[in-house]
Amino acid sequence: MSSSRLRLLLAGALLAGPMLAPAAAFAHRPWLLPSATSFSGEDPWVSVDAAVSNDLFFADHFPMQTAQIHVEAPDGAAGQIENAATGRYRSTFDVHLTRPGTWKIGTDSTMLTGSFVADGVAHRVGRRPGGPAGPGGPGGPGGPGGERPGGGKPEQGNGPAFAGPPVAAEDIPANATDIKLVEAISRNEIFVTSGQPTTGVFAPTGKGLELSPITHPDDLVAGEVAKFRFLIDGRPAAGLKLTIIPGGKRYRDAEGGFAVTTGADGVASITWPSAGMFWLNAVATDNHPAAPRATERRMSYTTTLEVMAP
Amino acid sequence: MRNPSLLAPLAAGLVATPALAGTVSVQIPRVDVAEYHRPYVAIWLEPAAGGSPRTLAVWYDAKHRGEPGTKWLSELRGWWRVAGRAMAVLPEGLSGATRAPGQYAIPLPADLKPGAYTLKVEAARETGGRELVSVPITLPRGGGRAAGHGELGAVAVALP
Repeated sequence: MSSSRLRLLLAGALLAGPMLAPAAAFAHRPWLLPSATSFSGEDPWVSVDAAVSNDLFFADHFPMQTAQIHVEAPDGAAGQIENAATGRYRSTFDVHLTRPGTWKIGTDSTMLTGSFVADGVAHRVGRRPGGPAGPGGPGGPGGPGGERPGGGKPEQGNGPAFAGPPVAAEDIPANATDIKLVEAISRNEIFVTSGQPTTGVFAPTGKGLELSPITHPDDLVAGEVAKFRFLIDGRPAAGLKLTIIPGGKRYRDAEGGFAVTTGADGVASITWPSAGMFWLNAVATDNHPAAPRATERRMSYTTTLEVMAP
Repeated sequence: MRNPSLLAPLAAGLVATPALAGTVSVQIPRVDVAEYHRPYVAIWLEPAAGGSPRTLAVWYDAKHRGEPGTKWLSELRGWWRVAGRAMAVLPEGLSGATRAPGQYAIPLPADLKPGAYTLKVEAARETGGRELVSVPITLPRGGGRAAGHGELGAVAVALP
């Protein structure tokens, strides 16, 4: 993905320090847009667009890389994407829904970012050069994003100056000091159903920020209330703010987004104002990273939901 | 339609209505457009007190230009949500081919329990619109009628 792109953006935001807005204010949004979420017939396929952009769902910024997209079939088996192609602004791929039930499609990435000082020189921590994105990938040499903050160039503005390209966390030298490591966990997933909706793909992993829906996400109707529970490490995520933005921003003045906050039980009640595709995002921060030496954990959950007309 | 007796045109006087049950009549209007396709139609009953919907008829293209026409059943989105998607296979006796504009009648099942229901008729047409018409009824005596505005004409439940 873009997960790598997102990670770089996130890394830039985190390293820029308190002078800059928090990552939540970052407008570049990763999105997966399915052609539909409910399918009939004997041989359904879903076609998915994948990109990173400000306006939803207007592909005008960067394509999402497809290499890290996972597919989970209703029975938990791994599925696959097909016909993947990456354009200048948007990737696209298909998933052949070969079994009835609800499928999960998306990315789930964990990244260590931060900084350290060695021999009096500040270094950025990021992915290993030539890592998952590879040459030509976003942030990689010659790829989109290479010129962006976090893409390996020295920081501009008021932030500290870093030497060289990012250093992978496992390559931090033994004499390093001032180690500041943040574990960033990003999920971006969509759900599509052939025939009757099923719930197998919602089984929580117990790690990071997850959606544990009460209302099935492929059963949303304008004017109705959907209840979604969010979990952090398997426990209710109380007071979590969800940002929900309808697609079609290009054709109206206001962004049209709204926020909903989860209660003590981690449950958010969302009344859908209209039919259409909606982008949902939540971010949470705590001090329970799994990675050694990391002191902070940033979790992001993103999905796209289809709301039908009544 | 695999069982012609279930869906004979009213005008032909061929309706075989069970003695103690009612008749649902559905009008598919003529639509004056350059590209006309017969609509997919679903007809079902929902108990007013809640409970499982009962599908009475689904008219669709079994073979649509080489593709199984079941691909578009979900465009009958109301029916698909409450009943269609739960059917792994459409019951043979309920499904039939799409219908040309005209008036059609189907019998209410004779084994319906007395009580309040909503009869729902939904139509979705390729390159056209979609419409849902609801008719509240109370068995055994209270029939009803309603009308669509585009994809459906008069819908009525006549009880003996």
